[in-house]
Amino acid sequence: MALAFKSSGTRQFKNSLAKWLITLGGISVLFTLVLIFMYLLYVIKPVFDSAKVEQTSQIVLNSNSETLSTGVDELKEVAYQINSLGDITFYRLIDNNGSKAGSEIFSQSLIEGDADILHIADSGIAYKLLVDSNNNNLVVAPKFRAVYTADNREIIARIDYPLGEDPLVIDEDNESLSNIAFGMNTEKTVFVASTIDGRLIKTSFIAEDDFDYDSAYEAIYQEIEFYSKNIGQILITPDLSLAFVQNGNKVAVFDISDEEEVTLKAEINPKANITSMALLSGSSSILIGDDKGHISQWFEVASESGRDFQKIRSFNNSNGEAVTKIYTEQFRKSFYAITSTGIADIFYTTSEAQLWNGAIANKVPDAFAISPRADAIVTVSENKLTVLSVHNEHPEVTWSALWNEVWYEGYAEPEYIWQSTSGSDDFEAKFSLVPISFGTIKAAFYAMLFAVPIALTAAIYTAYFMTPGLRKKVKPTIELMEALPTVILGFLAGLWLAPIIEIYLPAIFLMVIFLPLSILVAAFIWFKLPRDIKIKIPETLAPVILIPVVLLAVYAAFALSPVLETHMFGGDVRQYVTNELGIDFDQRNALVVGIAMGFAVIPTIFTMAEDAIFSVPRHLTSGSLALGATQWQTLIKVVLLTASPGIFSALMMGLGRAVGETMIVLMATGNTPILDWSIFQGMRTLAANIAVEMPESEVGSSHYRILFLAAFVLFVFTFVVNTLAEFVRQRLRDKYSSL
Amino acid sequence: MMKNSNKEQHNMNKWFTSGSPWIWLSAGGVSISLISVLGLLWLIASKGLSYFWPADIYEFKSINDQGVPTTVIGEIYDREFIPATQLAHTSIKLEPGQETVERLLVKTGNRELVSLDFRWILEPEIQSTATPEDLVVIERRTNGNFYGYIDSLILDGEEVDLARLPELLERVDNFQEQIEELQSTHIGAINYKIERTRLKERKYKLDNELTDELAKELNADVDALKAEYQVLEKELMALRDEVARDQLVVTAMDGQKVTINFEHILKVTYNNRLNVWDKFVTFLDQITAFLVDDPREANTEGGVFPAIFGTVLMVLLMTVIVSPFGVVAAIYLHEYAGKNAFTKLLRIAVINLAGVPSIVYGVFGLGFFVYMVGGSLDNLFYPETLPSPTFGTPGVLWSAITLAILTLPVVIVSTEEGLARIPSAMRHGSLALGATKAETLWRIILPIASPAIMTGIILAIARAAGEVAPLMLVGVVKMAPNLPLDGNFPFLHLDRKFMHLGFHIYDVGFQSPNVEAARPLVYATALLLVTIIIGLNMTAVSVRNKLREKYRMLEH
Repeated sequence: MALAFKSSGTRQFKNSLAKWLITLGGISVLFTLVLIFMYLLYVIKPVFDSAKVEQTSQIVLNSNSETLSTGVDELKEVAYQINSLGDITFYRLIDNNGSKAGSEIFSQSLIEGDADILHIADSGIAYKLLVDSNNNNLVVAPKFRAVYTADNREIIARIDYPLGEDPLVIDEDNESLSNIAFGMNTEKTVFVASTIDGRLIKTSFIAEDDFDYDSAYEAIYQEIEFYSKNIGQILITPDLSLAFVQNGNKVAVFDISDEEEVTLKAEINPKANITSMALLSGSSSILIGDDKGHISQWFEVASESGRDFQKIRSFNNSNGEAVTKIYTEQFRKSFYAITSTGIADIFYTTSEAQLWNGAIANKVPDAFAISPRADAIVTVSENKLTVLSVHNEHPEVTWSALWNEVWYEGYAEPEYIWQSTSGSDDFEAKFSLVPISFGTIKAAFYAMLFAVPIALTAAIYTAYFMTPGLRKKVKPTIELMEALPTVILGFLAGLWLAPIIEIYLPAIFLMVIFLPLSILVAAFIWFKLPRDIKIKIPETLAPVILIPVVLLAVYAAFALSPVLETHMFGGDVRQYVTNELGIDFDQRNALVVGIAMGFAVIPTIFTMAEDAIFSVPRHLTSGSLALGATQWQTLIKVVLLTASPGIFSALMMGLGRAVGETMIVLMATGNTPILDWSIFQGMRTLAANIAVEMPESEVGSSHYRILFLAAFVLFVFTFVVNTLAEFVRQRLRDKYSSL
Repeated sequence: MMKNSNKEQHNMNKWFTSGSPWIWLSAGGVSISLISVLGLLWLIASKGLSYFWPADIYEFKSINDQGVPTTVIGEIYDREFIPATQLAHTSIKLEPGQETVERLLVKTGNRELVSLDFRWILEPEIQSTATPEDLVVIERRTNGNFYGYIDSLILDGEEVDLARLPELLERVDNFQEQIEELQSTHIGAINYKIERTRLKERKYKLDNELTDELAKELNADVDALKAEYQVLEKELMALRDEVARDQLVVTAMDGQKVTINFEHILKVTYNNRLNVWDKFVTFLDQITAFLVDDPREANTEGGVFPAIFGTVLMVLLMTVIVSPFGVVAAIYLHEYAGKNAFTKLLRIAVINLAGVPSIVYGVFGLGFFVYMVGGSLDNLFYPETLPSPTFGTPGVLWSAITLAILTLPVVIVSTEEGLARIPSAMRHGSLALGATKAETLWRIILPIASPAIMTGIILAIARAAGEVAPLMLVGVVKMAPNLPLDGNFPFLHLDRKFMHLGFHIYDVGFQSPNVEAARPLVYATALLLVTIIIGLNMTAVSVRNKLREKYRMLEH
């Protein structure tokens, strides 16, 4: 009645409003899916971006003498320059507190008298050793501190002298030094130098307390037995254990960790004209650049002949010119290779990626420094100090590093490794998706191995042979399994099934034989039964008749298990497997996962396959039966053939479910990312890996984005599988309706 | 003879060619599936329920292989047979020909006296087994159960008759309830108010609206609240003193006397004195306690109330979100969408939403809802709490939304099935009478389809209640200090993290320090979860079946 009173205008308006709202609601489903897809891509994309380098500021320096060293603070607000007269000058890079960018903050002379500085050697980012023409040596450390006021931030610079302000005696004979390298930590400073008179010396200053608080030390002087007229560049690892000394076109490696004796450990022969050398972060690798534009990476590898330095990989710069300088980042495995024409190439060693190349100056810069956060570089040439920002957040990730073998430092050969975190600081994260993708496939494979025979046979029987009355009860019961939360299946698998399988391992394999055998025997006994009993218990009750038979077979398998164990496996199968067969045995292994996840997959496959078989048109089967085929022949030749696309799509759906399942694998395996098909070992899957590592990964880090990539891989895989399955099912439905 | 065996052979061949063995084999598949479903349910039910049933307390007297007599008191937890060969190195005498030896796992409790709550005893070592009536099990707030004999009861420093035990226990119970009330309700509310005032001040400051007057006012508020807090704290202290007045002296299995203060005691039971009816009453009591109590001792003991509450609240929120969207999408697909490529695409989207692994939703929810949407909300509306996030951190709202996307296809598929079963004659009739399409939908179609929609929603709830993987990323925690719903304005705290039954199972079963001791509780939790989910599913199925019957009648 109410309708009649409303004007037709309002009603029509409401009608079209409803139409629009509902359409919008319908489209939102598609929108959601697209949103998920796009958002995952949006998070992943930066990982594969190449580096970007752009100039952010340039300031003109006040002094005209040559610049020997430069540096910048963590926030890129203050830079400094040390010139050959021994003056250090700090400059502002941004406008702050009324002073303009480019203005000088303060300047100070670091050395006494009118001497010139000959070389500056670096240790880490902060410590610099100045060697002057009067043969006076000094270690200085320009330091920065951020001071916050109400609404401003000010960077305060100062200069520390960790070894005191007095000149340091590095050579006992006080000879001039031609090449020098030094390294220091809070307890010890080590210098390795070649003198004008051809000696190679090592000098250690052992701190009495700690160089951070007290500059007092005890000096130990050693001479290294090494005769060479071609000593070039010298490098010392930050952990003060090795010194690399360029000797012509070879590099001698000395073990300098011992205070008594310095030993020649190895010799590296790159078979090229060495033009530059640098140590990679983490102090295991040395980079050697040559005149043909190649840079090779070398580190110690354990081989049959002991540990020796091997050439791991090499890089080619973009123009084939000699590599004049190599600069490395402090915390990552990136390095900058610079040629005499001022062209820089940025490489990342482990991922073997060339990240960027381009001109940073017209010639080799007088001084070059990488900012502490590695997000900028500072160069000084022609009296101009230039700051270039570097956007290079994820250099370690490349498509090939994710999916190919990578040779990591300290490993004997290239390997697939997933190891995202570790306790130590100088740890290099290893992101290979291969082991966890493999784990996913392995888990899905064993689950399908278990689920497919049971689910398909059950579906065939339920759809084709079962009486409608029984089917009405059986089908919902099996489908009930689908509702069981996987966390419960996982919990039972991990805490109940895994220990049982460990103790009764032979029983599981006995069951594979016993179950079909006992069913066949039961079938034969029924076949042999007199006719009047057969009528009372018809064949259609087979699933019910078989329940006690199956239970009995299971019981027999478990009862026989200890007997078998004692007589065939020496009392302990687990030990037998480990010792005799040489297979590692995890308690939570692929067998457990296969069974538990099989249970999760059975209802998916069962329901869809059953539907496909059940909806095969009756006239097809009737025709076949009328032509004299047996039930079984009809099933094989007619029903299954017609329903095969449906069965295929059921299997695909099952596979999709097994691949993406999280909780069961998380709880029923040890979650170790290994590459091994063994049924007695665990695995780590993509989904479980996300669940384990996502909560502790830092937002925006490479690790975070790679976990998104793992999710994306899962998404795309299931998308393809599901779409294919749905497509096949649609085709089948059309076919049925046309029949 | 020969002929006979030939006949047999022929028979066998006939049997094989008939295909009967294969039919039986496929029937075996059905049997195995049925056994596994029912077996699994039976396993969970039996293990879960036995957690609540009061067990007998045994006293084993045994002599170990050094010849030292020992007494072990506790509940039998597990029995297993081990091969005799494993005992070859010990001096235990076995019967000749004995291949296996039984051993018992006994829960001995008394965590402060022995390092492990569990102990294996070999059957041949046991000299005598008894179940003395005087043995008690004392449930405690810390250190787990205590098994032993009561020695004496001490009231305010003086020994009194043991008969007064129930009376004293009840007294302490009352005080404990008051303490609980004071702590969680009153003191909690004051702390919450102080925190709100502090944030208000910060907000004024950020908006540059903080005048001296306002600051004074806010400070006065805080001072008043603090004064109130002092009063309550005194009250609390007084109650604590009352609770700690009495003690119980008990003798443990190794003869040591232990004094247990009443403040730690939850319950004292003489399990061996209980008859079947008493045990049944205790059984029901235990189930109730499990459902309404808070967890104790890092979730390994006590109840699961916060987990039940969190699950229910999250699922309700999810239902509110998913139902309109799911129903509208289904209506679009069935009533409005044309038969074109776009509709096909939409259907593929629905199928895919159902097939995408749940962990992917978790990843999406964490990145998109928590960090992107939540982070923006924080910047816009909660700048005063930054850098500590309000919505930019996993919470119950994001969990509900994430699971709503996950369960969307369930509602769509079920609703669409219901719509498809409505005879088109009904639509035509309504339209013919002049109703618009929207009116037909609202007044005819939706009311008839409502049971199908209900089915969809129930199935969605069942799915959501059991889903754990995405929640681990978007909001669930092992121990939430506060429920997401409480007496403090605005009452429903959508930004809070919550506890969840499914995650509780994972956490207690796999992450707790004492997995062995916690296992029965995990079975009980699993039973609870399975009961809820199976119950929901059965309801959904029966609603659907009734609906199908109804439509069948409509068609004729």
